[in-house]
Amino acid sequence: MAKATEVAPGDAVHDGNPVVVDRYTTGARINHWITAASLVLLAISGLALFHPSLYWLTGLFGGGPNTRAIHPWIGVILFFSFLGLFIRFWKLNLWEHTDNVWLKKIKDVVTSKEENLPEVGKYNAGQKMVFWSMSVLIIVLIVSGIGVWEQYFGGYFTVEQRRVAVLVHAIAAVMAICVWIVHVYAAIWVRGTISAMTRGRVTGGWAWRHHRKWLRELVSGK
Amino acid sequence: MFPPIPNPQAKPIEAKFGDKDLIKRSASNITPAAQRQTQVAKLIDVSKCIGCKACQVACLEWNNLTEEVGINTGVYENPHDLTPNSWTLMRYTEYENPESGNLEWLIRKDGCMHCEDPGCLKACPAPGAIVQYSNGIVDFVHENCIGCGYCIKGCPFNIPRVSKVDNKAYKCTLCSDRVAVGQGPACQKACPTQAIVFGTKDEMKQWADKRIKDLKSRGYNNAGLYDPPGVQGTHVMYVLHHADKPNLYSGLADNPRISPIVEFWKGFTKYAGLTAMVAVAGFGLLHHVVAGANRVTEHDEQEAKRLAEK
Repeated sequence: MAKATEVAPGDAVHDGNPVVVDRYTTGARINHWITAASLVLLAISGLALFHPSLYWLTGLFGGGPNTRAIHPWIGVILFFSFLGLFIRFWKLNLWEHTDNVWLKKIKDVVTSKEENLPEVGKYNAGQKMVFWSMSVLIIVLIVSGIGVWEQYFGGYFTVEQRRVAVLVHAIAAVMAICVWIVHVYAAIWVRGTISAMTRGRVTGGWAWRHHRKWLRELVSGK
Repeated sequence: MFPPIPNPQAKPIEAKFGDKDLIKRSASNITPAAQRQTQVAKLIDVSKCIGCKACQVACLEWNNLTEEVGINTGVYENPHDLTPNSWTLMRYTEYENPESGNLEWLIRKDGCMHCEDPGCLKACPAPGAIVQYSNGIVDFVHENCIGCGYCIKGCPFNIPRVSKVDNKAYKCTLCSDRVAVGQGPACQKACPTQAIVFGTKDEMKQWADKRIKDLKSRGYNNAGLYDPPGVQGTHVMYVLHHADKPNLYSGLADNPRISPIVEFWKGFTKYAGLTAMVAVAGFGLLHHVVAGANRVTEHDEQEAKRLAEK
């Protein structure tokens, strides 16, 4: 048997009708939802201070000063929470040759012609791109965010550095929100995906259709 | 001597300007006051300043502020920088003039310049936390301030300071409360040499002209008025003996303007950012309408079953 390269701890196949495949452990799911909740709260509170027409969103956090005070702390939570996801997922997100093939056939991807695509491991190239762009953006956001955190770090940076920080923070945040939209949309569009992060499992058919290489390795290692 | 502003009457009078006289309000779309009031200005004649700090004291006194007792490090600046309580600060430079060989003591009263194009107001995300009145005064409205410090990034003169006590930003108000009842700012009132005078912007420019002529007649050929066009002029102006080198005066900006980074952030990024997010979401919606959901088929389930049971 070839060494499984696409399998994470906790992944398993269960016979039945339909076949059920464990995709995410309870720990990974809790980790994911803490990250998700903090990212949504960050986006809302950040957008409130980004564009005046969205300032009313500060009401959800108890007003402008509270929004200003709480946003960076949620950022700290997100950073460490995402770090947990990164440690869990980075290995299976390493880029491979088949990812390039998959990307070249992006037309077949968006038109759901999966029979034309190479067999995919635990993550496809799109998921890997979401993973790596979020990883980079969150580092950029936490670093630039410290430069904008007037209350505790205002005195450590020159005004010019703070200007750069706030601009970089805004641009990176817009990009992160766009990546997040792609992530959420893909989960909705590809039916049967969301149960992976809610109940931790998907059907065998889902794994066969979208992550066949992963399924094959799971079965052969059973 | 510039004619002094008469003392106020004892009976209360109506404020001369208020919310109806706004021409700019942070993070808000407002209709500017139809008619602008006469623009006011404070003129600081650096050549007449003796560095007594009466203006600093008067500012603390009138605005009911208390500065912490600091540490003497052998320089005249006290405190060492502007603070949330010290809205004005005398800055001292010892300058050895290479042309004359003289040691010149350049003393500049630092504080908010009340820019006609205020960077603080442009950067502020909180509606109504920074306002500009039609007479030119730029004021912070503390009940609307959220303490984010964006005004610091917007300011080309590095003036606002955020308090560690209440997390609100503070700076010189040009004594808007005094000006509203026909008085000049407290610093101007206290200045013993009329290095600080206050009046309409036109009056101040005329007075500055007289002062500059006088300075030129005394050998200061580069004497001039500091009313920087990069921020569309200011409502606090300086008469400088070396107007060709404002930077000599403790780093007074030579050509102040709102930083291009701030302009880009508050201009392009703000609109392009929202557009990008809406576009990505719209693209997703469109894709779903056109391409439909990607569903697992019964065939897929059967294949998986066959594979699993092998």
